[in-house]
Amino acid sequence: MIGWIDTLLQGLLLGGLYALFAVGLSLMFGVMRLVNIAHGDFIVLAAFLAIGIALGVPAGPALLLAMVLPVMVVAGYGLQRGVLNRTLGKDILPPLLVTFGLSIIIQNVLLEVFSADSRGLSAGGLETQSLRIAGDLAIGWLPLITLLAALGLTFALEWLFGHTTLGRAFRATSDDPQAAELQGIDHRRVYALATAIAFAVVTVAGVFLALRTTVSPSDGPGYLLYAFEAVILGGLGSFWGTFAGALVLGVAQGIGFRLDPGWGILVGHLVFLAVLLVRPQGLFPRTRD
Amino acid sequence: MSALLATRGLTAFYGDFQALFGIDFEIHAGEAVAIIGANGAGKSTFLKTVTGLLAAPPDRIVFDGRAIGGMSAAAIVRQGIAMVPEGRRLFPSLSAEENLLIGGYTKRKGPWSLARVYELFPALKEVRALPGNALSGGQQQMVAIGRALLANPRLLICDEISLGLSPLVVTALYGTLPAMMREGLTVIVVEQDVGIAQRTTDRLYCFQEGRVSLQGRSSELARAAISAAYFGSGVAA
Repeated sequence: MIGWIDTLLQGLLLGGLYALFAVGLSLMFGVMRLVNIAHGDFIVLAAFLAIGIALGVPAGPALLLAMVLPVMVVAGYGLQRGVLNRTLGKDILPPLLVTFGLSIIIQNVLLEVFSADSRGLSAGGLETQSLRIAGDLAIGWLPLITLLAALGLTFALEWLFGHTTLGRAFRATSDDPQAAELQGIDHRRVYALATAIAFAVVTVAGVFLALRTTVSPSDGPGYLLYAFEAVILGGLGSFWGTFAGALVLGVAQGIGFRLDPGWGILVGHLVFLAVLLVRPQGLFPRTRD
Repeated sequence: MSALLATRGLTAFYGDFQALFGIDFEIHAGEAVAIIGANGAGKSTFLKTVTGLLAAPPDRIVFDGRAIGGMSAAAIVRQGIAMVPEGRRLFPSLSAEENLLIGGYTKRKGPWSLARVYELFPALKEVRALPGNALSGGQQQMVAIGRALLANPRLLICDEISLGLSPLVVTALYGTLPAMMREGLTVIVVEQDVGIAQRTTDRLYCFQEGRVSLQGRSSELARAAISAAYFGSGVAA
């Protein structure tokens, strides 16, 4: 019994990391209906930016995050204003093609600069420390902090969207960009702000990823898949739904790993497919869409 | 006195299709002007060009002494033009109150506040927490008008606010026009109901096939002349 409780806990903690992967994707899709194929690669890019800085500057994770965050936020804003806004329209293909191209470019640039070697960040010993709950049951501090960071970011985004003028502008633009323009909202600027915020989340995800495991330049598409599955599992239109979807995915993988070490990822995909078949709108959709 | 809004020889196109053919239009501060015309006459196209939703030559539209042709719709709202669009176009993911508040996004200074809009439309206070698309047609139109007022515009443009509403509701909505104008608003209404247009406005333009077919003081235009201009046998007065 204790083994299954441990599996459940470890699955939830893994889901915390997946939630960090997914909420940025959920944000961009929610506001712009833009599926960013390069989302996972941007997570890896943020991780490698932190790793690159750590190679030259002796800095802890918090300082690394503080250094990478503004770079990624400005990059996100600029990318949306300069490139992605031009791809948005009635045809959904241009943004898919452009972000697919970006994915390939990012992977190859990272390969050139960092080689194909897997690399990670040091958490200063935190990665091996754990919190004992009862008996043999313990959870790692780093996964716990990751889950709490995901919880905090999800709460912050829900609050931003639900209680601020910018959040209202995000939702209005998502509903009807032309009617939003008639309220004085420059929808292209709003899109750029949404991507900037999504890239802030991506940065947090990238740094936590590099702290928890090693990353290599070609890992991005895999993380995109987890993020995509979490968003669809949770249901579109709600960050809490995405968060819940990520936890479901983490637990499903955890159970799979417990049944057989080779089945973890597969069971996650199977649960995703099962939910898609039985409840295509996701587990916790928001009715506004 | 110079016009608050003036268009000179305004043309508009949808691709290769020309929808407006040299529209000369003006409205002075404090006036209420109606634009009438049959479906396809060019009324909505005219509003789209004025509000920046459709491209216009830069110097053909002048608002408050400034050429606004070619500006984005968002920039034109900042200049002081707000529109109540045809079909209301409320945001379904926003509550009624949030729909109102989004109207004040530009933070233009003026007499209109949320409290002032609730004074004008007390019925909205009861339903403020409901999603925009859960309101009745009349309530939705009140929200659309209140949303435009919260932009604190100098010029309010209403596109077919009576569409799909009962006569009682339409009368109530038009009954709020004097209160709005007392706050210094200038108003353009596009209206299919000629009777309402004549009763509630100072001047009237009739559009026909992308041209002005008749214009004059609303109270002085004979119904026969309006009918002729509306249905196609009129000439610009």
